[in-house]
Amino acid sequence: MNNIISYAHIKNNSVSINGTPVFSSEKNATLPEFLSEAYKSMEISYPKFHKMDLQCKLGFLCTEFALQNTAFISENDLTKTAIVISNSASSLQTDKLHQHSIDDKTNYFPSPAVFVYTLPNISIGELAIRHKVTGENAFFVSKKFDAHLLVNYTELVLHDNASSAICGWVEVDDTAYEAFIFLVETKNNTNKNTIFKPLNQLVVTQIYNQT
Amino acid sequence: MVFASYNNIISGLGFSTDENYNAILNSELAVKKTILPFSIETFCVAKIDETLLKNRFSSIENTDYYTKLEQLSILSIQDVMAQSGVNPADEKTLLIYSTTKGNIDLLEKNNFSAIDKNRIYLWSFANVLQQHFNFKHTPVVLSNACISGLLAIIIAKRYIESGAYNNVIVCGGDILSEFTLSGFKSFNALSNEPSKPFDTNRVGINLGEAVSTILITNNKELAKPYEAQIISGFSANDANHISGPSRTGDGLFQCLNQLNVTNKTDIGFISAHGTATPFNDEMESIAIERAELSGVPVNSLKGYYGHTLGAAGVLETILSLESLKNQTLIKSEGFESLGVSGKISVIDSFEKKSFQSFIKTASGFGGCNAAALFSKI
Amino acid sequence: MDALIEKLKGQIIEQLNLAEVKPEEINPDSPLFGDGLGLDSIDALELIVLLEKHYGIKIEDPKDGKTIFQSLRTMAEYIKANGKS
Repeated sequence: MNNIISYAHIKNNSVSINGTPVFSSEKNATLPEFLSEAYKSMEISYPKFHKMDLQCKLGFLCTEFALQNTAFISENDLTKTAIVISNSASSLQTDKLHQHSIDDKTNYFPSPAVFVYTLPNISIGELAIRHKVTGENAFFVSKKFDAHLLVNYTELVLHDNASSAICGWVEVDDTAYEAFIFLVETKNNTNKNTIFKPLNQLVVTQIYNQT
Repeated sequence: MVFASYNNIISGLGFSTDENYNAILNSELAVKKTILPFSIETFCVAKIDETLLKNRFSSIENTDYYTKLEQLSILSIQDVMAQSGVNPADEKTLLIYSTTKGNIDLLEKNNFSAIDKNRIYLWSFANVLQQHFNFKHTPVVLSNACISGLLAIIIAKRYIESGAYNNVIVCGGDILSEFTLSGFKSFNALSNEPSKPFDTNRVGINLGEAVSTILITNNKELAKPYEAQIISGFSANDANHISGPSRTGDGLFQCLNQLNVTNKTDIGFISAHGTATPFNDEMESIAIERAELSGVPVNSLKGYYGHTLGAAGVLETILSLESLKNQTLIKSEGFESLGVSGKISVIDSFEKKSFQSFIKTASGFGGCNAAALFSKI
Repeated sequence: MDALIEKLKGQIIEQLNLAEVKPEEINPDSPLFGDGLGLDSIDALELIVLLEKHYGIKIEDPKDGKTIFQSLRTMAEYIKANGKS
């Protein structure tokens, strides 16, 4: 039985965990400002955070929020924890930064620290490093949040080579951003802080649309 | 059973799998020292002939309305559809597209005036392919760095085993662009000479462009080209660094260890990732030794094609299937003397050999790794 | 030299996104890599870009970075000896 044990949603400069609002910034705060405030609110020290591009920061924070008050990391075999993430814009915002650094031949300074983030799955790598998760990876690109794609593939990977999964949507585009992360386990978790919702397309669509 | 079936490779060495396989048997290299339009520097890269592409594509559609990657992908997929007779409109047929950068050339200023800039979005690019072939389902787009191609094949296998699809067309492609060249150059990862995977004197990669397509199917009749199946395939993350591979080969070892190899002597060779960067090749050798596969010969095809990014896993799997069919080990081009610390034996000449199966591996930025085991039925 | 070292501290913190590091915490003679600032291989490449962008110094062989980037002081000395500004 595959269960969703926790989820977090970040959009419009606010964060909710399992449908309950837990943090917000002013509506007109920019994305970098919001991310910085959200990071501070978590009271963690993870210097690598400041090196990440916006998409990785967003995915990192949303996952931290989803994991809060769960025993997901301590109770699961992390070699069998899959990370399945998707979005619409791939790494387009960082792609534009890199392109900008090479457009002008008289001011030509491509930066390795920017270029490395021009792959969307680097956000998966950042989560893997943060939590020492070494299981299956997949980064999909779809026009919109696609519950069917995510749920269907997560089920397949849980069937084949994983016992838990970090899944979701981490999107940063020109005008909008959004992250939605849900944690899935196959075993029956006894932790009282977690929720239990069966992993299926209907449930994921519901909790995604909830806030 | 899940079979590896009809396929196509478009690269600097030809527009079909046959042309490509015959070219490498003749030790032809797609990588060449080239002056590219955007730079006065010489790069050692693998390019597809643009006149040839234009001639071929203009017999199908107007080249003005399609980007280079779209043209290449349409030609490649069309070849596989024609060979296999698979119906794209069928409920049980899916297209998976594997790419790192898609239509990245659309980001350059003043490029492609007749083309909607929105096709920079990978899903929008895939939509062009869906429309052209009339695929019933929205294509699945996978962008997982340099393991994308191999991971797409593994995902195709999972889809078929679940019963969701009978035929999955896996297409992988990336073009050569100033975008990726400048980035890898800033990483000091480029070699100015044809790359030398696993060699003492390896200094870095060559970038290449290619599009490759393979049909993955459960239809035994379509298994004809190779009579080969995908036994197992997995991915794993090093959880170590976003660009540097694990010094101990952790992720790749984890993949190899899971493959469930019952008889090592059946395995003819390992088609490694072998990019020819000092750290990647070193990591692979350590993972192969840790997985107790030191006795299995290893090659890398990057010496012929350079690193073709999203196409690499598909292209290298196809040529490995040719190797299996012809019972011929492919020489690891550019290799002279072993320059890695893990115990491996690199294939230094073309060689006839009787064998049952092979392993394909891939590793990439973001700490990702993948490995799959293919075998004769 | 001291002024250059102070300037470099700011530039390194900015270029390498060391948001949790204060300039006064960087000892000019401590190793830049290893435990100290937690810099990695990408940071090493970024320092090469920094030298080119701010000081017009091109390091052709990144292996030279090892000696140049030993500490802030070695970096400053290298800039003094080779820089245009």
